Amino acid sequence: MRGRPLLYVDYNKEQSLFPTIAQKVLLAIGALIAISVPFGLVPGFKFLASPGWLQLLVIALIFMIGAAGLNIVTGMAGQISLGHAFFMGIGAYTTAALSGSSTEALWGMELPMWFGVIVGGLVAAGLGILIAPTAVRVRGLYLAIVTLGLVFIGQHLFRNWNQVAGIAELGRNWGPFQLSLWDIDGPTLDLATDGEWFGFFLPGQGKAYLFMLVVAALFLLLAKNLARTRIGRSFAAIRDRDIAAEVMGVNEAKAKTQAFAISSFYAGVAGGLYATFLGFLPPEQWSLFLSVQFIAIVLIGGAGTVIGVVLGTLFVQLLPRLVENFTGFLSDQIADGTWLAPIADIVIKTGSGDFGVLSLDAQGAGLSIFQANTVLYGLLIAVFLIFEPLGLYGIWLKVRNYWKGWPFTY
Amino acid sequence: MPGFTVVFAQTASSFDVFLTKLIDGLALGSIYAILALGFVIIFKSTQVLSFAHGAVAAVGAYLAAYFVTTINWPGRYFESLPATLSFIISALVAVVVAAGVGMVIERLFIRPMIGEPMFSIAMITIGIDIILRTFVGDLIGQGGVLSVGSPWGILSLSTWSGIIVPHVFIAVIITAIAVVIALILFFRTRIGVAMRATAFDQEAAMAQGISAGKIFALAWALGAVLAAIGGIFSSISPRGFGVTGGTAFFALRAFPAIIIGGLDSIAGAVVGGFVIGVSEIMLGHYLANFSGTLGLGFTGLIPYLLMMGFLLVRPYGLFGTEEIRRV
Repeated sequence: MRGRPLLYVDYNKEQSLFPTIAQKVLLAIGALIAISVPFGLVPGFKFLASPGWLQLLVIALIFMIGAAGLNIVTGMAGQISLGHAFFMGIGAYTTAALSGSSTEALWGMELPMWFGVIVGGLVAAGLGILIAPTAVRVRGLYLAIVTLGLVFIGQHLFRNWNQVAGIAELGRNWGPFQLSLWDIDGPTLDLATDGEWFGFFLPGQGKAYLFMLVVAALFLLLAKNLARTRIGRSFAAIRDRDIAAEVMGVNEAKAKTQAFAISSFYAGVAGGLYATFLGFLPPEQWSLFLSVQFIAIVLIGGAGTVIGVVLGTLFVQLLPRLVENFTGFLSDQIADGTWLAPIADIVIKTGSGDFGVLSLDAQGAGLSIFQANTVLYGLLIAVFLIFEPLGLYGIWLKVRNYWKGWPFTY
Repeated sequence: MPGFTVVFAQTASSFDVFLTKLIDGLALGSIYAILALGFVIIFKSTQVLSFAHGAVAAVGAYLAAYFVTTINWPGRYFESLPATLSFIISALVAVVVAAGVGMVIERLFIRPMIGEPMFSIAMITIGIDIILRTFVGDLIGQGGVLSVGSPWGILSLSTWSGIIVPHVFIAVIITAIAVVIALILFFRTRIGVAMRATAFDQEAAMAQGISAGKIFALAWALGAVLAAIGGIFSSISPRGFGVTGGTAFFALRAFPAIIIGGLDSIAGAVVGGFVIGVSEIMLGHYLANFSGTLGLGFTGLIPYLLMMGFLLVRPYGLFGTEEIRRV
């Protein structure tokens, strides 16, 4: 059977998580590169070892967990949810109430981070179970609008519940980003401050990166594994044709409840980790824009696939940095007066009277870098859905299939 | 308008307050109804639920504010022109431009997606919504407000035996009635009938020589016109204080209206709009004592809460057709 990687003679083998040798090898190489990033060992990836890039990567890893959650409910079970930001906020504020420090105005029990994050996930999952009956009653676009309402209700709640979320537009502190068994004063693993690990000096972000790498890998593997369990198959059946699924004996209400519960758990955990890692967030953070960001991740990566979640998150999270670098590059061109300068001058707005699409200062006409990114998210969602509905994963499939038969067309 | 309420709460009888609030609610309901009509027209004729509706409303409102406040057009050419008339001309131009924006959206983003799943197209409109909202936000400036002016005067109120009504409220109610009548008449014309036929059965309509593409473009133009009218009225004081980043979110509150009325029912949009508008104002007024517990700005949630409760009872709204699904 050698040389025929797609020939399966065993059902279990075909159902395994990584069926082909190529996948296993690629996964191992990817894992090695990912682990080596904070140490700056692999040539070509050395620049990633700086604290700025590591910070970005940690956030990307946290977003991967959240996106994997949205992928379960939207990609696998086919239920459109715009309420992901709401569940993330619930997780974040449960974490804050459990692991944050208490003041006169704020609740906080100063328990370890892991406890807060897990309970945050569970509380979010509980709310997901409460929302699920609506998904059984209403379908498709109606559900999208209900979950949209959820985001606004969440915003209102977070803005007004000052003991938990802090004052509106200001926010509150979360507990320290560290691992400790129970005693918050003596961390077992300090992830926030710089220090030496395995004989290497690592910035705090580097430690957080390694920790999040393990957590994210765990959550992604669980998500991938879910697809081949009885529950995961019931999700796919509900997505593809819910009446047919019920005829075949899939309990629709049960499957949708499970989908919302698991997805909300992921969202809650991601929200708790995100807020704890950043340390300080205003209640306005958990807005519709965050939900849309996650939808963008899932759609750009490729709905329903875990590798799509990884690709989509990296793409969406690293995009702002690319736009920033690109803007810097163009303004350098103007300063140096190279042949690119006339083109760059149209794109970049340098002074107050100058015309330009992108502006370097946030004031006045011309999009700031943040706004440019927002526009790009919107454009990318639209462009991917129009030209490549399977997202980055679909592009990869096309490339792979082209080279599989090369030089023949099929 | 807290100051406004306090003034006559001391002098007027409770029934007068009720009537005042009822007219206030009807005025708000008119805005919701106009916005909801736009949603429904687009949904019925193209099967697209446009999340970009709020952003289009913001574009319309911004354009009107730009003409009225920023460049004072056409008022600066005709000094004797009354402010109200000048505003109406600016608003009409803004509405026409918004119609163009709607047609461009349809041509660029929606036309290539014909035949694709409804969900994908809805997600595309979310993308468009982000793009438009960012541009409008950028043009207004950070944290800024662009006034639409007060064409009917901020303080010009009519009083009939204790019932106090700002003239803007009368203007918006009249506009809503005019819009409904215009739509009823429009759906009786040749093009209107073609639009109804396309909504009913696209293939059969095309077999009769109706160009579905033109109907799609027209539906989006019509939807954008209604969105812009709603957006403009929502930013005139005392309802709003000008065009802000929140104008788009205000228009999203028309979603509950169409859900309550039924996604594909024109009459439902109007009824739903008024139900939402009146209950928002009424509940907001009579629950004002509890605002300490309910939190600041809880009135904005009333539409969504009403919608959620309503959906559990009637999943397809008041007049919506129940989806018949095949295995």
